[in-house]
Amino acid sequence: MFLTLASQSVPELLDYFAPQWLQDTASEGWQYVGAALVHMALLFGVFSLCPFFLIWLERKVAGRIQDRLGPTRVGGRFGWLQSLADGIKLIQKEDLCPPAADSMLFNAAPYIVCMSSFAAFIVLPFSEGWVAVAADCGLFIMLAIMSLEVFGIILAGYSSASKWSLFGGMREAAQMVSYEIPMAICALIPVVAAGSLNLGEIGDMQSGGIQNWFLFHDPFTFIAFFVYFVVATASCKRAPFDLAEAESELVGGFHTEYSGMRWSFFFMGEYASMFAVCGIASILFLGGWNTGLQGIDEILSTMRAGDNAGSYLAGVLGVGIFAAKAAIGVFIQVWLRWTVPRIRIDQVITVCLKYLVPISCFLFLGAIVWPLILHKGLGDRTTWNEPLGERVAEAIEGGRTVTTVLERDERPGQSDAHSPDHGPDADSKDEDEDSVSATQFDHSLTLYPAEEVSR
Amino acid sequence: MNGDSLFFTLFAFMACLGAVAVVVSQRMVRMAFWLIISLGSTAALFFLIDADFLGAAQLLIYVGGTLVLLVFAVMLTSSGPYLNIETSPGEIVMAAMLGLLFLFMVVSSQTGIDWNGTNQQMAAANGMTGEISTFDSGSEGNTLRTIGMSLLGLRPDRGAAETGQLHTGYLLPFEIVSVHLLVVLIGAAYLARAKRRRDT
Repeated sequence: MFLTLASQSVPELLDYFAPQWLQDTASEGWQYVGAALVHMALLFGVFSLCPFFLIWLERKVAGRIQDRLGPTRVGGRFGWLQSLADGIKLIQKEDLCPPAADSMLFNAAPYIVCMSSFAAFIVLPFSEGWVAVAADCGLFIMLAIMSLEVFGIILAGYSSASKWSLFGGMREAAQMVSYEIPMAICALIPVVAAGSLNLGEIGDMQSGGIQNWFLFHDPFTFIAFFVYFVVATASCKRAPFDLAEAESELVGGFHTEYSGMRWSFFFMGEYASMFAVCGIASILFLGGWNTGLQGIDEILSTMRAGDNAGSYLAGVLGVGIFAAKAAIGVFIQVWLRWTVPRIRIDQVITVCLKYLVPISCFLFLGAIVWPLILHKGLGDRTTWNEPLGERVAEAIEGGRTVTTVLERDERPGQSDAHSPDHGPDADSKDEDEDSVSATQFDHSLTLYPAEEVSR
Repeated sequence: MNGDSLFFTLFAFMACLGAVAVVVSQRMVRMAFWLIISLGSTAALFFLIDADFLGAAQLLIYVGGTLVLLVFAVMLTSSGPYLNIETSPGEIVMAAMLGLLFLFMVVSSQTGIDWNGTNQQMAAANGMTGEISTFDSGSEGNTLRTIGMSLLGLRPDRGAAETGQLHTGYLLPFEIVSVHLLVVLIGAAYLARAKRRRDT
């Protein structure tokens, strides 16, 4: 309920979120501030508890993989309060700043990392319609915000005035900036399939069975998922790509000089961005909040249709499914960290620039050409899954308002020129260039309501 | 004071504060930090007027790209631990003159426009009365398709109903920019190529 900010106007929002005493006493501006503070506290609470769980999970998994037990004592049987004990220890520790450091930047750097990781969750939908800002270019905003994280790390490495930190920061800058490219390209591949950057719409399009997930949309998205996952692991600077904090060679890398809470801010940021990239993977490739079982998806979508307790329950279930998918992604990242040895920095850059970037460019091209191949070569729009145009129509009409210019005419699947499954007409290849562009222009015209276009 | 103007005041103040601090501070990397504050606040102002594509592009290109490159260059090239920039008095005088000229230009052009009259004219031209309302898909967060269509050469926000004719979009500028970027990429690859071929 706290996350249904989407598609509501501002006064309604304030009624919704600002408590009654605040509405009675404060002006509208202060109500905004109050509502913003409440949400900041909520987000901070959720995502400082989320690393608590993930750190505990990491220690237990690491213990299992290395044939140890991991934490066992704190909080009873499984050591599940270990992270809380660690947290209390971190709060009590002295907040040190080296005398040679540039103290302003040194103190500000952890907040930049933390803020950019947490702010990415503004546009990440957790269930259908459960998103703070349902922006049309949600994925773009999310990647843009997450690209700011590297800045805090570089500043931390630079301002510490320590050679370990400086080397860590430089490695980090080289690594994250170069891995941003294949990550963005890989994220674009399901976007090409979906024809939308809106994460909510992309999630909705994948309802109705596992065959509708973009992972199984075509061979290119299938490979792109694995490339994306590798790149996402690298961009979270997780092992085997954790050169920037390689403790065996760089002491601690960019956070060598940090202690206490400032140190832990880096790790809250890291775990939050791990969860964020796995959340993106789950929405783009793995169906988001859809279960992948056709019958259950239909039941859930009928439950969502109304405005009652059932739709709320379906939303909660969606959050659970989404979080479970993202958590499995995080678990695999933990698993990789404790199984695969670290690779050298030149290998990290080589893997990115010589292999991952060309692979992702090839996949991107393939994903663009794929609908054409299907249509021309096989004479079929889709191989096994439901035609995407119909799913787009469902996703857009289901509760979301679209601009009037994008309203379709009577043929729902046909008229949506954004749908990549919609290849050019069968005869357009044989004609000359002018008439090809004329046919494409004609397709674009069908975006308008038919009666408004008089040619 | 409503929420929009509250946030506008906040972010405009932060943008100006960051810009002033960039000029005042002496250390290169601190300047970069203040530039983040300034550019990030500008992006927030774009988000505030529902131009979320522009805001995200601002974050990605200027803050996530250009500034990271700047700090990276400073880290790789500086000889001492911190790179300071000393400004001579002559430079300060020159910069102040230029800055004041620019301020004069901005202020004079801002005060020279009859904003209310322009609003009413535009409203009248759009067949509305009173205050002009913005293209309303922005407030619903649906700006991206419009932008994409106009970059492909169509203007769906300019109504085709009245004239029966489609307005041309920005296909040519888009193509020019993309070819330009390609040239820049090739140039960068050429400059960064391995130059010691003889050793191997």
